[in-house]
Amino acid sequence: MNDLRELYQEVILDHGRKPRNFGALPDANREAHGHNPLCGDKLDVRLKVKDGIVEDVKFEGAGCAISVASASLMTEVLIGKTEAEAGALFEKFHALITGEADVTLEQLEDLDKLAVFSGVRDYPLRVKCATLGWHTMHAALENNGEMVVTE
Amino acid sequence: MNTESPIIRPAGLDIARIRADFPILSLPSNGKRLVFLDTAASAQKPRQVIDAESHVYEAEYANIHRGVYDLSQRATVAYDKARTKVRKFINAASDREIVFVRNATEGVNLVAQTWGRKNLKQGDQIILSEMEHHANIVPWQMLREETGLELVVIPITDAGELVWEAYEKAFTSKTKLVAMTQVSNALGTITPMAEIIKVAHAHGVPVLVDGCQAVPHMPVDVQALDADFYVFSGHKLYGPTGVGVLYAKAKILEAMPPYQGGGDMISSVTFAKTTYADIPQRFEAGTPNIAGTIALGAAIDYIESFDRQALLAHEHALLEYATERLQALNTVTIYGTAPEKAAVISFAIKGVHPHDVGTILDFEGIAVRAGHHCAQPVMDRFGVPATTRASFGIYNDFDDVDALIGGIAKVQEIFG
Ligand SMILES: Cc1ncc(COP(=O)(O)O)c(C=O)c1O
Repeated sequence: MNDLRELYQEVILDHGRKPRNFGALPDANREAHGHNPLCGDKLDVRLKVKDGIVEDVKFEGAGCAISVASASLMTEVLIGKTEAEAGALFEKFHALITGEADVTLEQLEDLDKLAVFSGVRDYPLRVKCATLGWHTMHAALENNGEMVVTE
Repeated sequence: MNTESPIIRPAGLDIARIRADFPILSLPSNGKRLVFLDTAASAQKPRQVIDAESHVYEAEYANIHRGVYDLSQRATVAYDKARTKVRKFINAASDREIVFVRNATEGVNLVAQTWGRKNLKQGDQIILSEMEHHANIVPWQMLREETGLELVVIPITDAGELVWEAYEKAFTSKTKLVAMTQVSNALGTITPMAEIIKVAHAHGVPVLVDGCQAVPHMPVDVQALDADFYVFSGHKLYGPTGVGVLYAKAKILEAMPPYQGGGDMISSVTFAKTTYADIPQRFEAGTPNIAGTIALGAAIDYIESFDRQALLAHEHALLEYATERLQALNTVTIYGTAPEKAAVISFAIKGVHPHDVGTILDFEGIAVRAGHHCAQPVMDRFGVPATTRASFGIYNDFDDVDALIGGIAKVQEIFG
């Protein structure tokens, strides 16, 4: 990457500044707390799951532009998905960000929104920022109430 | 550019020449000139240190204190010489008071696990400050788990100075140790260590000084300070990783039980009974970092080849220049504004997380630290999750500050 703008795309800056679905979710039935001790980022993710469908999701906390924007965009794509779909998305996003598998944009299907984060893979230290919200969401679905620590 | 700021270099210091001693500084970073502003985390190494370490392996290497053959003797002599260099460097009374450890962290742990375990019991108190590095907090907490001792934490002011009255009043009949930093790595504050020790000694309490950030910055005299324990790491002193120093007064070391057991720390071993070696070997079990220790000696030679007052004055001039330029930006808040500071500046840019600042500066070839600096209580004290920290070493110059200010403009352009 030779342009900082590829990392800090407008969408990321916008979601970092004005995160969507940010705040409390009183009728949540799943939650987890994410923490990145390296940089001090802390995000709580809460979901309302009914009949296997993510009806609502919100997050709260503080972090860098990348972690906040990633959690914000995550909430937008998750609403209405089944738990299984949410889990599969987590896997795909993770693969996209870490560059572990060659995830193409087509494979992200309607999730091309998330492709704005593909620039993160060139910054290994920032991968944890981009995945903190996702790890926390995944933990909330798998083990309600868990404390997730990414390092 | 603030052209009004007088740029005064102390006489006799040629920063360009110093820079040329550090091979890494001539390599580009992200295609740009490397502007290294993270010396407080670890300093870069001059050619003299790198060569000293490779010279050991190329010409002088064997295990020490063992062989009678020439190579082993030469390695032993070089290793012991490094101990003498360290002793002179901090003006300890005797080589016997210098214990080589892996780093400052191990130095603190050694004191906690030997002196601490032997001398501290339930209800005893250790005085720390709110600005300690985790290395001077966690070993005492671990000992607290074992013994039930108490940690008494002296708060710091908004400027990042020790609240002196709180310190003076903290002593009780249960106070057994003061463990405090001489320079805060997160804020840059230089603590009044001589006075801190004076007060503690008036109460009959020994003091452990975390000298990690002090030793690279200013001349240290452990006898003038009357420090009981003093720890630092070689890697922050332009030396290699993997070697650090614990200084302790001989009479304290002599009464301390051993740390780890093994070779080199014994005088005789039978299965019935082992007698331990004299100090400092008693605390240096097993084969040490031979080449690294010798290279630490070379780092000390290197530092001492300069007029240290001139280095100090130069670093101070950089600090003042950087502080002034950062303060001129109304989006920047500096954490740590004590009148006595080492060349460390922690700051925040309004509305931008330090991690994002760090990434954008990196893109400009500028290396700064973004995070909690292993001093989370300091971050909590100022109500921030993290800060961006620029710290200066002997190879930094005013153009590095200008680069930082330019990098911050870039941050503001992107996040504006
Ligand atoms: C003030 C202070 N104390 C202790 C340490 C620990 O040093 P090391 O990691 O070399 O053991 C550091 C290093 O960051 C420090 O700045």
